[in-house]
Amino acid sequence: MFGYAGRILRVNLSTGRTKTEPLKEDVAKKYIGGIGLGIRLWLDNSKPGIDPFSPENPLILTTGPLSGTIAPTGGNGHAFVSKSPQTFGIGEAKSHGFFGAELKRAGYDAVILEGKSEKPVYLWIDDDSVQIMDAKHLWGKSPQETEDIIREELGDYYIRVAAIGPAGEKLCRIACIINDKTRAAGRTGLGAVMGSKNLKAIAVRGTKDVSVAKPEEFLEFVKVLHERMKGPATVKYRTLGTPQNVLVHNSLGCLPTRNFTNAVFEGAERVSGEYLNMRFVTKINGCSSCAMRCEHIAVVPEGPYKGSMARVEYEPLWAFGPHCGVDRMDVIIKAIELCNYYGVDAISAGNIVGFAMDCYEHGILTKDDTGGIDLRFGNGEAVIKVVEMIGKREGLGNILAEGVKRAAEIIGKGAEKLAVHIKGLEMTGYDIRGLKTAAVGYAVSFRGADHNRHGAYALDIAGKTDRFKFEKGRSKLVIEIEDLYMIIDSLIVCKFSRGVYYKGFDDLARYYTLATGLEMTAEELRRTGERLSNLARLANIREGLSRKDDHLPIKVMTTPIPDETVSKGSYITQEELDFMLDDYYAHRGWTKDGVPTLEKIKELGLEDLAYIVEGKV
Amino acid sequence: MSHIHMRKFVAVDPDKCVGCGVCEYICSYEKEKAFNPLKSRIRIVRLGLTVNMSLACRLCEDAPCVAACPRDALKQSEGSGIVLVDEDKCNGCGWCIEACDYGAIMLHPDKKVVFVCDTCDGNPKCVEWCPEKALIFTTKDVVAQRSRISAVKKLFYEVLRT
Repeated sequence: MFGYAGRILRVNLSTGRTKTEPLKEDVAKKYIGGIGLGIRLWLDNSKPGIDPFSPENPLILTTGPLSGTIAPTGGNGHAFVSKSPQTFGIGEAKSHGFFGAELKRAGYDAVILEGKSEKPVYLWIDDDSVQIMDAKHLWGKSPQETEDIIREELGDYYIRVAAIGPAGEKLCRIACIINDKTRAAGRTGLGAVMGSKNLKAIAVRGTKDVSVAKPEEFLEFVKVLHERMKGPATVKYRTLGTPQNVLVHNSLGCLPTRNFTNAVFEGAERVSGEYLNMRFVTKINGCSSCAMRCEHIAVVPEGPYKGSMARVEYEPLWAFGPHCGVDRMDVIIKAIELCNYYGVDAISAGNIVGFAMDCYEHGILTKDDTGGIDLRFGNGEAVIKVVEMIGKREGLGNILAEGVKRAAEIIGKGAEKLAVHIKGLEMTGYDIRGLKTAAVGYAVSFRGADHNRHGAYALDIAGKTDRFKFEKGRSKLVIEIEDLYMIIDSLIVCKFSRGVYYKGFDDLARYYTLATGLEMTAEELRRTGERLSNLARLANIREGLSRKDDHLPIKVMTTPIPDETVSKGSYITQEELDFMLDDYYAHRGWTKDGVPTLEKIKELGLEDLAYIVEGKV
Repeated sequence: MSHIHMRKFVAVDPDKCVGCGVCEYICSYEKEKAFNPLKSRIRIVRLGLTVNMSLACRLCEDAPCVAACPRDALKQSEGSGIVLVDEDKCNGCGWCIEACDYGAIMLHPDKKVVFVCDTCDGNPKCVEWCPEKALIFTTKDVVAQRSRISAVKKLFYEVLRT
């Protein structure tokens, strides 16, 4: 096979047994790689209704057909898929950097991690040699320390490591898996699944060649993409980076502030991308094979957090900044650095701190609960302390480490109303009260609250849709992007590169065919995207999720935007949400309950999963 | 061209280098028809989060790798300065590797003989492909010239602006 390595590695952590299985060509083409292949492998290797932390929940690691090639951004991705301890549906998270390329060179398209080790271990994949190594000395260490120690002890500085931090070990439900020091497979708590297996890290060294089917044409196409990557489609990522969003969202009244109390932040200037780049960014790095580079490394130059260093993107910046009412960039950088250290998803962590602050402001939490911390909105020092408590599961942090949904249930006293999440996953930095195309994308997103499953916010923000009113047929736009995003995440190319595929599915199908040699048309690839969207839905249905889980946060549905801004007064009623869902399900060819029909399942070649919808259609 | 500009090598501007490794991929493809950084004649080094730099043969005067070879397998071309490896004579002993201060000469993972940048006969692919234009095919004298000009520019920034 070209592009693909043609092999899947199966590791049973209970027995210590490992074996390789072939990746069949038809399976590869049908599910592409990345999250598509990952979801399929997870479904085939798990029973319905298992607990995410049970040894029976496999953790799937995948690369894509482009991983390990010179394909810009495509060369470097990997994905984790498993049942999420936050949503109890399918969880997935991707990461870039250098790890995925190394895994491909070691000769694997996927790794299935089953069972649970008795004691802490790490997996050492050295091409064909796969060993389970003792990790007692690594337990309690950060992902960054773990990476350094493993490289040192195995004696090769080009080994790539994906590791969990102390939070993953302690089954903190927002734990992530970090590779190359700052890159995180962040969302849906898969670091905790890894921790539940007593698996501290996966270390990889791959020395094999990666070959593509049509190298000359492939390189020609890559050259074209390089040129496009220097153009307008990626200019945001190359210059200010995603923190550019702060002032844009603020001016449009869609910058969620103080746990979705406001949609405008008075301190926006001080946490803007402009200010960040002027004062804090010291270097912009690229991932393996990337021709645009986006990784804005920021360092705190002075003050109490002097020397703190983190890669800063909009989402974590928003979560610790406006969402907590904090206008101090040094606090934001320090908080993100701590998230990397403990190995927690910085988006969810910031959300949780903001939620706790909201509870404190409402008297639901008091100083007795916080251990004396004055947890008012805007208190930067308090943010830092609470992040540490979450990472260590100390005091209130032990409850907050459960995520806002479960924490609210434990806290009670009406805290549920302040818990801003969808399906148990914390929100991202778009105030969807006034972004109604995005809102439907958020509600139906299979992994919970997320902008990256549909990207529909872009339509609202660019003014291509009426963002305050949802009309019949609008869902079609969301579905188109959803299916495209399934392909982007399965090929694994970076979302930041999405603008350089001028011809969408046409370009991506060509990319796929040149790399793998498997003929793929644009229509076939679009169809594949649809298949994968349905596959994810089926996985969630198998785990018991249904229409009731396609909800929006209570605050979004009860509190109109109060600020004097263009979006003032906007929110989403139950009636509106029902209208959105009906429209969306209809365009998907699903039932009123959001279940893919047998007809749809057959049409997409997923007949063998028809059992999931039995009695539901 | 004046003779001091004969020896062109692949220099890197660490301020521009982002550590993406496109140079490694294109080098391995150009020379071995496969994507594999282990077979690249140029290698990236990333230290911490803020230092990136690619390294290739620097075409030393009286190259120590050549002097170190006990089997006369290495020769330095007088004009271009590139180090030529006689693959029949090389037995992979690695003395040249120890002699090189830059890690620029390496053992080939399959062939088990050493390999080193040959500047693609004066048209290095890595320089052509570097997305950040961080790689420059140049001579040491020009590197010094550029540094001098940039230093003086900084010193007289105000004057030059007006």
